[in-house]
Amino acid sequence: MHPAPSIIVFTTLSGLGYGLAAILGLGLLDPSLTLTKVAHVLALLMIAIGLLSSTLHLGNPQRAWRALSQWRSSWLSREGVMAILTFLPLLWSAWASVIESRYLVLPGLLGTVLAGVTVYCTAMIYASLKSVQAWHTPLTPLCYLLFAAAGGSLLGAFFAMAGRNSGLFLLLLALLFTIAAWVVKIAWRRNMDGLVPLSTPETATGLGNIGRVRLFERPHMTENYLTREMGFRIARKHAVKLRRLALLLGGLLPAALVFMLLVTTVAGAGGGLAAILAMTLAVISHIIGMLAERWLFFAEARHAVMNYYGG
Amino acid sequence: MTLLPALPTPKKLGLVIDLDVCVGCHACVVNCKEWNTGGYGSALSDQAPYGADVSGAWLNRVHTFEVVPEGGEIVGEAGEARIVHFPKSCLHCEDAPCVTVCPTGASYKRAEDGIVLVDEDMCIGCGLCAWACPYGAREMDLAAGVMKKCTLCIDRIYNETMEEADRQPACVRTCPANARHFGDFSDPQSAVSIMTMERGGMDLMPEQGTRPVNKYLPPRPRKSLAAGAPLMPLAENTDGAKGFFAWLDGVLERI
Repeated sequence: MHPAPSIIVFTTLSGLGYGLAAILGLGLLDPSLTLTKVAHVLALLMIAIGLLSSTLHLGNPQRAWRALSQWRSSWLSREGVMAILTFLPLLWSAWASVIESRYLVLPGLLGTVLAGVTVYCTAMIYASLKSVQAWHTPLTPLCYLLFAAAGGSLLGAFFAMAGRNSGLFLLLLALLFTIAAWVVKIAWRRNMDGLVPLSTPETATGLGNIGRVRLFERPHMTENYLTREMGFRIARKHAVKLRRLALLLGGLLPAALVFMLLVTTVAGAGGGLAAILAMTLAVISHIIGMLAERWLFFAEARHAVMNYYGG
Repeated sequence: MTLLPALPTPKKLGLVIDLDVCVGCHACVVNCKEWNTGGYGSALSDQAPYGADVSGAWLNRVHTFEVVPEGGEIVGEAGEARIVHFPKSCLHCEDAPCVTVCPTGASYKRAEDGIVLVDEDMCIGCGLCAWACPYGAREMDLAAGVMKKCTLCIDRIYNETMEEADRQPACVRTCPANARHFGDFSDPQSAVSIMTMERGGMDLMPEQGTRPVNKYLPPRPRKSLAAGAPLMPLAENTDGAKGFFAWLDGVLERI
């Protein structure tokens, strides 16, 4: 599948934004601190930029409002509806923190739950497609949810460190979610690598009872919409390296940094500039790793239509 | 509304494509583009139409496959290997995955005849329906920013200003080999239903659970080249010549 930059930016940024919003909704950061107010605004900005980015690949973005109408059958529509609904408690919570320096339990917890539901809807857009076998597994939404939680708690821990809070609980959450996300992601990759193709050139043409089917001639000499959109193959060449890079930057390095901070905090030597720098590095590393992970998510997935195009 | 019709549609309009007959001439491809660029919805645009890297939206394409049986090698030389031309357009599935994923209601399946259509005024061009279709039946029109697909020539088949014989999809009407047939699959007495039954018409990718309406007729079993060879008389053999030819044979022998 073609890894459109707008969709990679969207899923990465909105995942981080909803993750951070979910952590803020739990009230783990002191609402009177300026940094917590910044965190609220940052979460909303990441979500908004992510959503706007997702409209960039549309052919007719001026009609995007119509996408809110078919929530009864379409996960994309459900995602749009949930994204807008989620803004209500998030804006309420942000108002309470930024203007009134208060944490409110009701909009807070509601925001956490709805953020999770929105991320789930995003993931189900992909997981519901039977035509892309690698995505068509319950592990896909689980990965998206755990990565959002990992990114959110890493950002939460960063704000806790920067606000000179101890942030012990947030560090623990960040470590657990990062590890859990990558355990599930590795299971997801194993599942993809071990797939027996559901559809083959033989089933696609119905000619399997005569023999082995091989593409002899494409319908056109040049590329078309389908081969560009569904036949992306560049990533497979460097897939192994990119997989390692995504794991290293998105998982191992942030987890190691968080673990060190946890140890130093428990030992009573936590805090200070070094802790802030370490958390900054962990967050940046995680974001770069996630961009690579999302790129692979699209680029490595094979679409059933390629059975007709010899891909 | 992107929910599929709750009841089976009273008519199931679709195509039968005969893989035994198709010669791969691409006439259906060209006539489809010709008709549909001026018919339903926006024109079927091409990008860089006179450039080296031309591409565009087509609703019907002919692929060509080589089928190699066990032990077969190269077409016409070993085994029973054969070339099969394979026209492909929308199959108007009964469980069309492209319809239910549409977030706007632009994609729909008609309750009366089962034709799957796109209302282009509602389409935002997100491309998710093209992702959902395992057959590659939908292509984005990059100029109009909306999804294009086969309409089963809805502007021909119900068009009473046309001669009766022309009220068929453009691809069917133009096929010089008669490899494409249009009809109602819900009527067991229709020509397409009878053809499908007699020739073992098949679904493409049945494992995707889409229940396609269009059916493909498999190529008929082929005689091997070797089996046909001994039937051909050898040119040098004059055994059994009678009358004038026996006399001529004798004269020419003596000269």
